[in-house]
Amino acid sequence: MADPATASLPVGAAYIRREPVPARPPPLLVSGPLAWLRRNFFASVPDTLLTILGAVILYWIIPPIVDFLLLDATWTGADREACLATPERPEVGACWPFVRDRFAYFIYGSYPIPERWRVDAFFALLAAGIFWMLWLDAPARGLGAVYFFIVLPIVSVFLLSGAPSLGLAKVDTALWGGLMVTVVVATVGIVVSLPIGIALALGRRSKMPLVRLLCVIFIEFVRGVPLITVLFMASVMLPLFVPETYSPDKLVRALVGVALFSSAYMAEVVRAGLQAIPRGQYEAATALALGYWRGMGLVILPQALRITIPNIVNSYIALFKDTTLVFVVGIFDFLRAIEVARIDPKWATPVTSTTGYAFAAIFYFVVCYAMSRYATGVERRLAAGARRGVV
Amino acid sequence: MALISTDKPLPSAKIENQVAVDIVGLNKWYGAFHVLRDVNLNVLRGERIVICGPSGGGKSTLLRCVNRIEEWQQGKVVVDGVEITNDLKRIDEVRRDVGMVFQHFNLFPHLTVLENCTLAPIWVRRMPKAYAEEVAMQYLERVHIPEQADKYPGQLSGGQQQRVAIARALCMNPKIMLFDEPTSALDPEMVKEVLDTMVGLAEDGMTMLVVTHEMGFARQVASRIVLMDEGQIVEMNEPEEFFNNPRHPRTKLFLSQILH
Repeated sequence: MADPATASLPVGAAYIRREPVPARPPPLLVSGPLAWLRRNFFASVPDTLLTILGAVILYWIIPPIVDFLLLDATWTGADREACLATPERPEVGACWPFVRDRFAYFIYGSYPIPERWRVDAFFALLAAGIFWMLWLDAPARGLGAVYFFIVLPIVSVFLLSGAPSLGLAKVDTALWGGLMVTVVVATVGIVVSLPIGIALALGRRSKMPLVRLLCVIFIEFVRGVPLITVLFMASVMLPLFVPETYSPDKLVRALVGVALFSSAYMAEVVRAGLQAIPRGQYEAATALALGYWRGMGLVILPQALRITIPNIVNSYIALFKDTTLVFVVGIFDFLRAIEVARIDPKWATPVTSTTGYAFAAIFYFVVCYAMSRYATGVERRLAAGARRGVV
Repeated sequence: MALISTDKPLPSAKIENQVAVDIVGLNKWYGAFHVLRDVNLNVLRGERIVICGPSGGGKSTLLRCVNRIEEWQQGKVVVDGVEITNDLKRIDEVRRDVGMVFQHFNLFPHLTVLENCTLAPIWVRRMPKAYAEEVAMQYLERVHIPEQADKYPGQLSGGQQQRVAIARALCMNPKIMLFDEPTSALDPEMVKEVLDTMVGLAEDGMTMLVVTHEMGFARQVASRIVLMDEGQIVEMNEPEEFFNNPRHPRTKLFLSQILH
């Protein structure tokens, strides 16, 4: 009897448990798939009703979509004949041969066919740059930033619009179209809006009244006006003030409009981040004689931008979808290319428009969802950092 | 309210180069609230001034005027022979030589302990990185936490964070150190480690202005204790006199409340 607890008991003690009580198996409805169903779907009467309601709604929505996009869809064909309803085939779904046939047009617009490799090269360079920037543990991210913010824009301009001295024929921006325009507009908006937005946010919080006033006027004016108005101003009003010969390219004007518009929104996002940094951080930076710029650049902005990443990405998603509005000033973006293709007589059927729009919806959803997932990933990583104290 | 001071007059010839901080006729208002009322304080090099008094009395505000984290409306502050004016360049000159430790540490959470300590030496003093890190490690050893150098502030206890904050200020090799209630936000068992660090600093002859309620610390290291109430200096005396023979009724009341 080695155990001192039992050894010290009086001899006559009648009931001493020497073994732990064996664990009983859990009740049937505590674990396992049945319990999971019950806990998540049928926990109470309102829960059950909501589950049934949800199932009914899904039943209304999902099967028709699946039918249209997949089951009743036409997969092969050379022209509209393939996608027309016939007595043998009364239900006609999506007309995918239309998308396949016009796919190059959706991507490149009217960009000259022999020069389209240049657009592909641009996509490849851009993808490499984006990957470099988004992969947080990538090697030489500083170099990546130089590539993305300095090398890539310059190379892209020559690549896409042409450099006769390098043997690249000039391609007028009027011929640009489709996905490449959407990507160009969105990328320029995304890349330009952050630095300008930061500058405007700092200006709005500046102690200098004139700087503050100018920033407030710009932000409030741009935010108070719809993007379409900004685009119209850029493309219709600007030529009134600038002589024809000096008037910038139509696409450039739209790019400037989009960039200014998104900068104003970005400024407010960054300002929220700046305001979330405790006053003590500003005071500590001040007390260490860092001064305004070093204090901002080394202490305040790194923290402010990290906490605003979800909001920044939110702005980017909105911006990406807003790029479709450039069609109002006559620029052929991705959606506009689909718009034009869907009324092509060669493919005119009752399902062509729906197919085109479905394709556009899938494309925009995939891109925006990817951005959203990335933001969630970064957020989770930062949250893990915050637990370690790395905010 | 009469100002009582038993400051012994010093030989006037030596005052010029011995004065670390000279505050003359300082007045400050927050809107209509008169937070500092005609404050005069002369701190000599190597002196340890402890400022105490009821909250809302203007202690922290006075301290924060020394490196001009707070602005004032009237009066003059001269730090190490440099008068603080609106000239930003001159203010930063003064701030470089004045270290400050805050109640809530205010470490930079996105930087490691070592990076916190080397940031200002590298970017303000233009020290080479390797040298700045060497200096930082020396001061981290001095506050007894060199092993935490690669951690982030959020991973440390309050006492450790405050010691890092002291090391961070010391890395700039300051001539004057300001402490703004350095132990008020700490758990009781961590107060001692921070106070010990400060005592060590005082023994090395650092000029210190300390706002604190730690009367034991004040008795041990202060050259002079200042009691502030309602924006003015009510009593200023050496610790012995201050505790054993307070002149002003407000001081007596304060001591009776704080010493049980």
